[in-house]
Amino acid sequence: MKILVPVKRVVDYNVKIRVKPDQTGVDLANVKMSMNPFCEIAIEEAVRLQEAGTATEVVVVSVGPTQAQETIRTALAMGADRGILVQTDDEMEPLGLAKILKGVVEEEKPDMVILGKQAIDGDNNQTGQMLAALLGWSQGTFASEISLDGDSLNVTREIDGGLQTIKLAMPAIVTADLRLNEPRYASLPNIMKAKKKPIDEKTVADYSADAAPRLEIVKVTEPPVREAGIVVESVNELVDKLKNEAGVI
Amino acid sequence: MNTLLIAEHNNQNLSESTVKSATAAAQMGGELHVLVAGAGCAGVADEAAKLDGVAKVLLADDAQYEKHLAEPMSALVVGLADGYATIATPASTNGKNFMPRIAALLDCSQISDVTAVLDANTFERPIYAGNAIQTVRVSEAKKAVTIRPTAFAAAALTGSAGVDAIGASDNPGVSEFVSEELTKSDRPELTGAKVVVSGGRGMQSGENFPMLEKIADKLGAAVGASRAAVDAGFVPNDYQVGQTGKVVAPELYIAVGISGAIQHLAGMKDSKVIVAINKDEEAPIFQVADYGLVADLFTAVPELEEELGKVGL
Ligand SMILES: Cc1cc2nc3c(=O)[nH]c(=O)nc-3n(C[C@H](O)[C@H](O)[C@H](O)COP(=O)(O)OP(=O)(O)OC[C@H]3O[C@@H](n4cnc5c(N)ncnc54)[C@H](O)[C@@H]3O)c2cc1C
Ligand SMILES: Nc1ncnc2c1ncn2[C@@H]1O[C@H](COP(=O)(O)O)[C@@H](O)[C@H]1O
Repeated sequence: MKILVPVKRVVDYNVKIRVKPDQTGVDLANVKMSMNPFCEIAIEEAVRLQEAGTATEVVVVSVGPTQAQETIRTALAMGADRGILVQTDDEMEPLGLAKILKGVVEEEKPDMVILGKQAIDGDNNQTGQMLAALLGWSQGTFASEISLDGDSLNVTREIDGGLQTIKLAMPAIVTADLRLNEPRYASLPNIMKAKKKPIDEKTVADYSADAAPRLEIVKVTEPPVREAGIVVESVNELVDKLKNEAGVI
Repeated sequence: MNTLLIAEHNNQNLSESTVKSATAAAQMGGELHVLVAGAGCAGVADEAAKLDGVAKVLLADDAQYEKHLAEPMSALVVGLADGYATIATPASTNGKNFMPRIAALLDCSQISDVTAVLDANTFERPIYAGNAIQTVRVSEAKKAVTIRPTAFAAAALTGSAGVDAIGASDNPGVSEFVSEELTKSDRPELTGAKVVVSGGRGMQSGENFPMLEKIADKLGAAVGASRAAVDAGFVPNDYQVGQTGKVVAPELYIAVGISGAIQHLAGMKDSKVIVAINKDEEAPIFQVADYGLVADLFTAVPELEEELGKVGL
């Protein structure tokens, strides 16, 4: 079984981002970038399936700037076999991205695609579901456990009320939630080995996908700030404030 | 052109998130229709018919829609999409699951987690865990929207729309419900609760959560948690509040033993009043707290229970 894992390079989750004063977006100059945490979980799952002998090849793809090579290298150091960079400096929207990924799937013919459930920059939570739609495949989103069962895939999903298990026909799309696994840190030898693994360079044009932006970003602004509160000295004072000042109990 | 709101429900009751989302959807242009798809859910359709601003309810009652699986849901909605400029649904795990599939099948964009409707085509939504707000405009004929219910007031229940039963569409047949393990609780549902008491890693173990539950019972509150508390297995996954968990905006949010990482703040910083109990006075949670108490939670929480008792709770 072959697995494809799309990964995104995003602002590191520890960075406190700043909105640009001209309201055109978020300031990305000199900001630490990393692999989207949910994509790390997706890679980890694919690599574990390979280690278990279930998967034969793990291919990682990123659509983005030349620097997304680093993100792909990280995935290769975690154990993926080879990478594809679809180079573009344009900001991608999920639908356009899904169209490019559909092209990659048609070329690579994986049996399963594992994505992150959400990229922590745009917080869209769309790409996997859109790719599933375009391919006509089944989808198991927000996965906390997956297991192959003959020709089908059982996916346990994190839903609002708890957990749900569904059975999917293969090929299938899976999107990873936080509890699917705990991603490994790449070891130094594996980081060295990853340098020799191949990364194919492609362009958006190679997939004849219509990935042009369709949305107009009117502006990006700071969220409203909360006014500073007070420190209370005792539980008694806290209850008094909640009752008589805030009126919420 | 009209707006179609896909209702969120458990086949028995319309969710509070749908009642709030109806307020947003009513601002998205044209007549507002509500789709209730499910199994044995006629009662839900009757509830939806009362939502203020709704012109018509469509009821698709068929076994394949019982669990709102993405593949049959999107096949159904794509078949109904003519005549609607906007297809909307609450940003619940159901909506997040099926809506992008619908959007891609219709070749239209999706705007996720809308927190304000500026006009029928222009929306606000948080990005970067709510550290920036994006204003986005769609000028195409069709769009999909997921609505963040906590950002909108509940619609009044004064309407009396008609209910049209519609047929089921063909099930793509690639997915099947197997089982579910739902968290049982007599407390209010987390996203709609007026008061939320959340515990973090500082709680040390699941055995200590009953301490918070006692407070929750006194306040009629739901219990939530940080990711760290869920990852450590203290509480089930559906307790997680945050960027990638649930978003809550209660009247009162009490964070106990939670440091206040941006990913957690993203899910609760629109609460009206925030209380933080943490032994570390430097914890970032204090920057958003209206009332901060620097204390060991293992003494403060039992004391809080006692003090609430004293004021008659
Ligand atoms: C992709 C991604 C998504 C994420 N999504 C979410 C999300 O949706 N929600 C979320 O919550 N997090 C999320 N996180 C995790 C987030 O970054 C933090 O790691 C997490 O919120 C920390 O949880 P915590 O505050 O309980 O634990 P900690 O940061 O460890 O804080 C524990 C706190 O308890 C206090 N404490 C300890 N003992 C006591 C005591 N006896 N009395 C009083 N106080 C005490 C400590 O002072 C400390 O401040 C996400 C992270 C990533 C990378
Ligand atoms: N530029 C990209 N290149 C490759 N994969 C991506 C890209 N953007 C998003 N993805 C994938 O889609 C998932 C969900 O992203 P999103 O729909 O943007 O929240 C991510 O976790 C990735 O697996």
